[in-house]
Amino acid sequence: MSPTQPFINIRHAKKNYGDLEVLKDISLQVEKGQIVAIIGPSGSGKSTLLRAINDLDSLTEGEVWLEGMQVNKKLPTRQYEKHINKLRQEIGMVFQHFNLFPHLTVRENITLAPKMLKGLSNANANKLAQEQLERVGLGDRIDYYPSQLSGGQKQRVAIARALAMKPKVMLFDEATSSLDPELVEEVNLVMKQLAKENMTMIIVTHEMAFAQSVCDKVLFMDQGVVVEEGLPEIIFKTPQHERTKSFLANHLNGRF
Amino acid sequence: MDIDLMLRVYPYFLEATLITIQLAVLTVVLGLICGALGAAARLSGNKYIRFLGATYVSVIRGTPALIQLFILYYGGSQVGINLDAFEAGVIGLGFNIGAYMTETIRGAIIAVDKGQVEASRTLGMSKSQTLIKVVLPQAARLMIRPLGVNINAQIKATALVSAISVVELTYTAQRYIGSTYKPFEMFFLAGVIYLALIYVTSLLISWFDRKAQIK
Repeated sequence: MSPTQPFINIRHAKKNYGDLEVLKDISLQVEKGQIVAIIGPSGSGKSTLLRAINDLDSLTEGEVWLEGMQVNKKLPTRQYEKHINKLRQEIGMVFQHFNLFPHLTVRENITLAPKMLKGLSNANANKLAQEQLERVGLGDRIDYYPSQLSGGQKQRVAIARALAMKPKVMLFDEATSSLDPELVEEVNLVMKQLAKENMTMIIVTHEMAFAQSVCDKVLFMDQGVVVEEGLPEIIFKTPQHERTKSFLANHLNGRF
Repeated sequence: MDIDLMLRVYPYFLEATLITIQLAVLTVVLGLICGALGAAARLSGNKYIRFLGATYVSVIRGTPALIQLFILYYGGSQVGINLDAFEAGVIGLGFNIGAYMTETIRGAIIAVDKGQVEASRTLGMSKSQTLIKVVLPQAARLMIRPLGVNINAQIKATALVSAISVVELTYTAQRYIGSTYKPFEMFFLAGVIYLALIYVTSLLISWFDRKAQIK
């Protein structure tokens, strides 16, 4: 990787659903250890952009690069499957609805992929699960089923599950949006901890205060374009564009 | 109602019930195999295989099971497929219920939340690993009750093979009517036995479903 090459590089990303343009030529660079928040109204394309990074949503046009490797490389199906499965191990993702595997215990949720993909022994996988759970403050919940956990605990387990793959970057897709307000903080604390550990993170969020306090860079998206991007204090305190101003005004009024 | 007559003939009915149970078990096993293959075909990435699966389901579900049995048993011998009545009954009814089970199994698989697949795939698991470790264990739990409905329907559908003279419960009832001229008693007795079979099967399915569900 040349020193000038960004850690994550999204170049001219376009995504259409039929006639609907969800992403209109978006480029984004993220450096190692950087924390980027993507904000914007629903339907602005922010989740689609995030999901393009691990090719969960494929771009119609444009390129996604991670550490000098093209994620959405054009390859024959079978080769592409191999390529993307390998790359996805390095890109952790956390979802709005947690998506824990309900038929597996917390331990099994965390150890499933490391065992299958990295050939970890039972003993090592158990150790890994315990470590990751302690990292999110749930060391005592290892043998619970997801249904026995609160929303906040579920999301922390989901984060532990993603971390167990030792990813190079973590993607958060509205990780706290479906949580009761009193449970948001425990998830935010885990994310702040990751930030301190210099994890590279891209966060789609509606939590403006959180974005402002944790992130190095904020993107405001609307209707498939990045309207404004920059340092959080600038975006939140002195936004330049009308759309950013009105979005933030509505949001801050509604939330705080 | 001639209770004495019913008490006299019921042992013969129970013997015939064993044939009904055999038919039910064998056709359900064959049906599950057809259903699993059919569901795999209907969910295949290959459009020709998908078409094959869809054709199987629509042809079987679009025609009477009785006609299917007649084609297999009478029509079969015409083209050199010589099955005895019991074999024709098992194969015909097995393929028939398999079409319904195809839809049950397919329905359970697509009912598993899409987020489950996404979570598994983002961890780097392949499509087949995701299917085996994440989707199927959840789909299996979802399909127990609807498959139970298919199985109960199948127990009753075994009566159809009386039309190709398999000596099962319904055929036996008809035979005893010939010698006793008591259709009410004979069909009533057969009906009670079917009801008992369905009742026991339903209990087993409910018990199994409760056992299998996630805490």
